[in-house]
Amino acid sequence: METKDELITTLKTIVKPYVQDEQAFQNLTEDTDFIKDLKINSANLVDIALDVEEAYDIEIDNESMERMLTVGSAIDIIRQKLEAK
Amino acid sequence: MQQFDQIIARLPYSKPFLFVDKLHAVDENGVEGSYTFPEDSAFYKGHFANRPVTPGVILTEVMAQIGVVCLGIFLATDALDNDLEIALTSTQVDFFRPVFPSETVLVRSTKDYFRFHKLKCKVEMLNSNGELVCRGTIAGMMKSKNHA
Repeated sequence: METKDELITTLKTIVKPYVQDEQAFQNLTEDTDFIKDLKINSANLVDIALDVEEAYDIEIDNESMERMLTVGSAIDIIRQKLEAK
Repeated sequence: MQQFDQIIARLPYSKPFLFVDKLHAVDENGVEGSYTFPEDSAFYKGHFANRPVTPGVILTEVMAQIGVVCLGIFLATDALDNDLEIALTSTQVDFFRPVFPSETVLVRSTKDYFRFHKLKCKVEMLNSNGELVCRGTIAGMMKSKNHA
């Protein structure tokens, strides 16, 4: 499985096209909030989830989606789903 | 068809901003419907001055109401009992032919995906000669109001 840094790198590639606040993106950490910090709208957050599913061949359920609000929670969800495979 | 009438009745629009006259088909993968532009629609007075042509934003709205909102009401299983909260989130449309006052247009939409309350569709509009008017991708968020 990818290390946390590798997961963040992959996630950054996925998130980049939807980012509206470039500076927040440059300073991205696990605490970065997709909507509040990166100013991504809820519709593009769905696209990010679908891109994550494709990149890792996992399925994100509704419950996971509801808590996928920060970089850290996205990484937790990806790890959880990969472990369950 | 009663089901088509039920969907149109659930649309959160009224005149002069309701742009759905009829639905002809709807299933889980797509929808088809039509609208006739009344000659006295307000926008013809200024678009363009002395030369009425239907504005592209209105054509886009027709595609969104028929192609995305009507399909969304059908797909959100509890939408027939609850009010839907909807928001347009993206449009990408190419235009090919003008639409003049009193023309009838046919809108066909194919679902790309409906997940996590987001419905994204490929939508096209044809005139009464079957010629392509515009085509594109439109997405919106929709959930029933009592949803957590």
